[in-house]
Amino acid sequence: MSGAVAAAGALPRRRPSSTVRHQRWVLWGSYAALVVFAVMFLVPPFYTLMTSLKSSAEISAQKGSPWYPHHPTLSNFIYLITNRAFQIYYWNTIKVTVSVVVITMIISVMAAFSLSRMRFLGSQSLATGVFLTYLVPPALLFLPLFKVVGTVGLLNNAWSLVLTLPTLSVPFCTWIMIGYFSSVPKELDEAALIDGASWMQMLFKIFIPVAMPGIIAAMIFAFTVSWGAFIYPLAFLYSSNQMVLTVGVVSDLVRGDVFEWGKIMAGNVLAAAPPIVIYAFLMDYYIAGLTAGATKG
Amino acid sequence: MAQVSVRKVVKEYEGGVQAVKGIDLEIADEEFVVLVGPSGCGKSTTLRMIAGLEEISDGEIWIGGDVVNDVPPRDRDIAMVFQNYALYPHMSVFDNMAFGLKLRKMPKPEIKQRVDEAARILDIQQLLARKPKALSGGQRQRVAMGRAIVRHPKVFLFDEPLSNLDAKLRVQMRTEIKKVHQTVRTTTVYVTHDQIEAMTLADRVVVMNGGIIEQVGPPQELYHHPATRFVAGFIGSPAMNFIPVRIEVNGNTLSAKMPDGASLAIPTARVDRYGPFKDRKMLLGLRPEHLTEHTDDPKPGIARIDERVDVTEPMGMETMVHFFIDGAPICARVDPAVRAEPGEIMPFAVDMNHMHLIEPESGRVV
Repeated sequence: MSGAVAAAGALPRRRPSSTVRHQRWVLWGSYAALVVFAVMFLVPPFYTLMTSLKSSAEISAQKGSPWYPHHPTLSNFIYLITNRAFQIYYWNTIKVTVSVVVITMIISVMAAFSLSRMRFLGSQSLATGVFLTYLVPPALLFLPLFKVVGTVGLLNNAWSLVLTLPTLSVPFCTWIMIGYFSSVPKELDEAALIDGASWMQMLFKIFIPVAMPGIIAAMIFAFTVSWGAFIYPLAFLYSSNQMVLTVGVVSDLVRGDVFEWGKIMAGNVLAAAPPIVIYAFLMDYYIAGLTAGATKG
Repeated sequence: MAQVSVRKVVKEYEGGVQAVKGIDLEIADEEFVVLVGPSGCGKSTTLRMIAGLEEISDGEIWIGGDVVNDVPPRDRDIAMVFQNYALYPHMSVFDNMAFGLKLRKMPKPEIKQRVDEAARILDIQQLLARKPKALSGGQRQRVAMGRAIVRHPKVFLFDEPLSNLDAKLRVQMRTEIKKVHQTVRTTTVYVTHDQIEAMTLADRVVVMNGGIIEQVGPPQELYHHPATRFVAGFIGSPAMNFIPVRIEVNGNTLSAKMPDGASLAIPTARVDRYGPFKDRKMLLGLRPEHLTEHTDDPKPGIARIDERVDVTEPMGMETMVHFFIDGAPICARVDPAVRAEPGEIMPFAVDMNHMHLIEPESGRVV
């Protein structure tokens, strides 16, 4: 009887088809590539975080595994948070970034709306021109901009960044927004026009809400450009009370040939925290397509 | 409520391409007019010019006694329903319908009353809190109509509103649109490429082709008395058959001689009308229902032709029989009980009392 049961249970094993085998290889290949890239990108921030939790003595001792702190300490963070200079860098960075994001969004949303929706002579060439300006590298621009900043009397003033950083963020954000506004169905603005909306009402009541994922994408870009800017602050700012985080951390915590690695890494973690939080909260909204249901679909 | 007049209106695009070539159209108050024609005939352009969404190159458009050539869409007091619904995706159904009223700073209680009234007419009261993405295609189209109704505009403009719906829903919504028009009696201009939609909805149908108006008239008139070959072929499904013939005189009578030599007697009542075309090559226009199975006791004006059946299409209440005359595809509507086999010779009855004679060069029905 047991033999009969065994015979009934033993179904003939089939070899997977070539398509299934191919798909499996593709899947494994994808996972392997993803793991390699994840490790590549995650190791530096992980090492930064671990180093920030070590004391200077532990870092200089170079004993044991460098991948985790043997005597974890928050002393580096406490030092920075209570340090007046670091507080100023942080405040300057927030001030500059918020201003740059606001200015960028006002200019690029208005520009993108007019370039994508209003038909006027040269709108196409203007749209291409906006994008071309983005192709000029900041390393080329900072020299002439140094002259401009000097002329307007903003050298060694954090507000010089509010004047200059939009030259990097506005063209790209405008380009992103042109693409987004162009994807909004034409019938939507025609319906709004017939409903009685002016161009400004159409922008604020229809386009901005509908293109919110695009606006958030542009805002994230403007935020990243401003928060992580290095060349312009390095060129235009030289007093401690005007510096932003990117240059402040390295100029304050590297004294001659003494690198305070623990504090530098803690500074990096504190500087990276706001972008990470913003990305984490806005990612869903960023990806979501609000236009679903606008037209047949 | 208002009359709409389109006078010598031209739409010319860059490069000199004329989409609309100087058309004239008078639409009466409360009338339901359907612009119909193939793609690129200028029907949507005409509608968009009435809406103010396209500039007019030449001519005048009047709405309610005023020239509106330079009046922006919002001041024309019109409402439009689009093919793609064009609902604002971030607003609820209520807000979509109320948007135009809010922009006109209407008091809130009146907005609510108008939206509720439109929702009742369209049976969408239960959908008012939903967003467009939570609606089916038919519901979205109802909301789009609701957005037009609440405004109480002078004119409704519909731009192929049913094209995105499936066949069953299209028939249902067609009835809804007709019902709405019977309720609110607003002057309506409706664009479609579907001639059945045009026939069922319109008080008058405007057939457009190549930027001109081929014919304007009530659906039945267009069907029974087409002015041109284009209208004859466009209106009616299956389309009218066109058979090349030569008009011949036999004493006091006329006949239409087909390429295979068969001769079809033209009813005496039409001899005077068709007399001037004797000895000329013409096109004989016959609707499929006037080309049926032959019976033993034919009525006056019925001629017989024998043709080899190519394809049969049983439809239930009738069967479409397809064959060729001198290479021209012909369709006959026969009784499903009659045997019609592909490849066999079948006798057909040609009802010459309903014939149309078309001048091939001008395309004019004579």
